[in-house]
Amino acid sequence: MKIHEHQAKQLMAARGIPVPLGRVARSVDEAVAAVRPLIEESGNPVVVLKAQIHAGGRGKGTFREHPDVRGVNVITGGIEGGPSAAEEEVRELAQQMLGSTLVTIQTGDEGKKVSRLYVEQGIDIARELYLAVLLDRAASRNIVMASTEGGMEIEKVADETPEKILRAEIDPAIGLAAFQANELAHGLELDGEAAKNFGRFVKALADAAMELDTDLIEINPLVVTGDGHVIALDGKMSFDDNALYRHPDIADMRDETEEDPSELAAKNAGLNYIKLDGTIGCLVNGAGLAMATMDTIKQVGGEPANFLDVGGGATADQVTTAFQIITKDPNVKGIFVNIFGGIMQCDVIATGIVEAVERVGLEVPLVVRLEGTNVQEGKTIIEESGLEVTNADSLRDGAEKILELSA
Amino acid sequence: MSVLVDKNTRVLVQGLGKTGEFHTDKAIAYGTEMVAAVHPSRAGAEAHFEGETDHSGVPGRDDTYSVELPIYATVKEAVAETGATASVVYVPPPFAADAIMESVAAGLELVVAITEGIPVADMIRAKRYLQGTATRLVGPNCPGVITPNECKIGIMPGYIHQRGKIGVVSRSGTLTYEAVHQLTLLELGQTTAIGIGGDPVNGTNFVDCLRMFQDDDETEGVVMIGEIGGTAEEEAAEYVKTEMTKPVAGFIAGTTAPPGKRMGHAGAIVSGGKGTAEAKIAAMKSAGIIVAQTPSDMGEAMVRALG
Repeated sequence: MKIHEHQAKQLMAARGIPVPLGRVARSVDEAVAAVRPLIEESGNPVVVLKAQIHAGGRGKGTFREHPDVRGVNVITGGIEGGPSAAEEEVRELAQQMLGSTLVTIQTGDEGKKVSRLYVEQGIDIARELYLAVLLDRAASRNIVMASTEGGMEIEKVADETPEKILRAEIDPAIGLAAFQANELAHGLELDGEAAKNFGRFVKALADAAMELDTDLIEINPLVVTGDGHVIALDGKMSFDDNALYRHPDIADMRDETEEDPSELAAKNAGLNYIKLDGTIGCLVNGAGLAMATMDTIKQVGGEPANFLDVGGGATADQVTTAFQIITKDPNVKGIFVNIFGGIMQCDVIATGIVEAVERVGLEVPLVVRLEGTNVQEGKTIIEESGLEVTNADSLRDGAEKILELSA
Repeated sequence: MSVLVDKNTRVLVQGLGKTGEFHTDKAIAYGTEMVAAVHPSRAGAEAHFEGETDHSGVPGRDDTYSVELPIYATVKEAVAETGATASVVYVPPPFAADAIMESVAAGLELVVAITEGIPVADMIRAKRYLQGTATRLVGPNCPGVITPNECKIGIMPGYIHQRGKIGVVSRSGTLTYEAVHQLTLLELGQTTAIGIGGDPVNGTNFVDCLRMFQDDDETEGVVMIGEIGGTAEEEAAEYVKTEMTKPVAGFIAGTTAPPGKRMGHAGAIVSGGKGTAEAKIAAMKSAGIIVAQTPSDMGEAMVRALG
C-alpha cells in the first residue's frame, strides 16, 4: 500500500526523523491559511507548494489543464513582499493545481487528479543526497541504499555510475549498527555535525522500516542544510499489505481515490485483479498460471485485458464478482477461463461459472479450459447448462480458440 | 532416490484448522507417514481421519484407512513422542513465522510452510533464525513437496503425479501442476516436485534445489519454473552454466506483466527495470536451458533438453 508524502513525513516526524514543517491542504483556502504560520514558525519567507499524488517525478511534471504549472512550486514572493505576497502566490497556484490532472514520468499519459496539496517551509539546501531502505531479496534482509547523487532517478545512477551507490545490510537481530551508519556517512563525504545527524537519521529510518513493515522508504532528496542539519525534503513510503493488520493507523491512511476502481472492487472481494489494455479477459486460478495465461494470449497474437487470480478456494460468489469486473471493461471482446484444479475442484468452478453467467449475462464469447480434480464433472455441468461455451484442451488451445472467436 | 522427502519421512502438521485438517486427510489418503499434529488449543486430543485410500500414492495399501493422529501443545513434545522428522505449516499468517521457528528450534530436518500472506519482516527474522541450523525451510506461500509413491507434503493434487526421472522446482503452484501433468502424460514422471513459493523471502531457492537434483542419482533432468521479480532465476542459470551436467528445461511467467504491479504473488513484481521475464529468459537460454514458449510446452521442452 502506498501513502502520500505528507503522511510519510508525519510518520517520520513521529519517530523523531527530521522533516520540514508543513501543512496539508484540501482546498485553496486551507493552502493559503498554511502560509503565514509556516513562515512565522520557520523564520523562512520561502514556502513550497507540492501536489500530493501516489507517483514520483512531480517536480518536472506539469498539469494537463495548466501546462506551465509544475507539480512542485517554490514560492519566493515572501522574500520581498512578506507573507501576504506569498499567500497570493499560493492562492493563484493552488487554484490551478487542485482538481487538475498532473502528468509525470510515473503517472503515464492519463496523469493523476490532484485533490490535496502540501505546503512546506523552504529549506536552505547545501547538499542533496539519496537514501532508501528496501528489501534485498537475495540477502533476505532489508538494506540501506545511499548515494551522493540526490534528486536524480536512482535507477539511472545504478545503471550509469553503480560505484556511486552505497549499500548496508540490516541484520534483523541487531538493526543498523553504528559502524555501518558511520561507513555510510563517510562514503557520502559527510563530517562533523552533518555526519552525526546523518547517523541518527539513517539508524531511525532502518528501525522504522522493520517496525512499520514498509517495503520501501525512499528519501530523494535527503538534504544537508548549510548548518549541518539532515532533513527529508521528500518522502515516499509503501507498506507490506500482509502486515497492515498490525498497523491500523497506517491502514487508515489508504487513499482509495488513488486506486483503480475495478482493482479496488476486486481486492474487496478477495480477488487479485490488475487491469490491462487488451481485449481478452482472463479468469484463472493461481498467480503463476494467471500470468502465464496472459503471456500465452500474447504469444498466439492477442492482448490480455487483465490479470485475474481467483485463488485456491474461490466461491461461486467470487467467480460471479470476477465475471462482473471482467465484463465491465468495454474493451473485452472475449473471456478465457483457465483452471487447473488442485484444491480448487473443477465442478465447483464450473457451477460458479454457470451461476455467474446466469446472473451477469454474457455478450462475448467464452472459452473454458478445465483440468485437474473432478474435471469430468466440471465439463458435464457446463455442457448440461446449455450455455454457449467452447471447451479447450490445453492453455494454448484455449488461447487460440478465444482469439479466433473474438476476432 | 529422490530429494527432501521419501517413505521414511515422518511428518507432523502445525495448525490443524480447517485447511490443515483437510490436507492432512489428503496426505494420509496418499500414504504420507503423518505422525502428529501441533495445535495448542486442542492438545491432548486425537484427530480422527478415515476414508478411501488414494491409490495414486504409496502402493500396496488397503482400500480404506482409519487413523488417530495425536495432537500436542508444542513441536518439541510432538517430536520427542513421535520421532517426527519434518513439519508442514498451515498456521495463519500472523503466527506462521513463529511456527516455523518453533520447528527449527525442535531440530526438524525439513519445514514446509504452505501459509500465504506472512509479513515480509516476519520472514526476514525467521530466515535469520534459521542461520547456522541444520533445518531446511521450503516456502512459504508454496504448494509443498512431493516424492510420488512415497510422501506428499502440501496441497498439490496427488493423482497427477507419477514416479519417474524428472525433478521439478517452481515458484508457482498451478504451473507446477501443469508441468507435472505433462511429464506424467509423456511418461517421464517425477522424482520429486518442489514448490519453493511465491514470496520475496523464502527458505529454499532454485540453486538449492538444482544442486539437490544434480546430486540425486534417480533424477535425469530438471524442469524449473520461474516468474518475474528478483534475480533467483538468473542465479540459477549461472549455476546451471557452471556446475550442472543434467539437462534443464524451464518456463518464466510474466512476459506481459506491467512494471510496478504485484502480480498476485508478493514476490512477482518488476521494479526499477529489474526482475523482468526477458532478462530471466535470456539468462536461462545462455546457460543452455531449453525455455518453453508457453506453459503447454514445458513437457516438450524437457523432452528436447533430454535429447
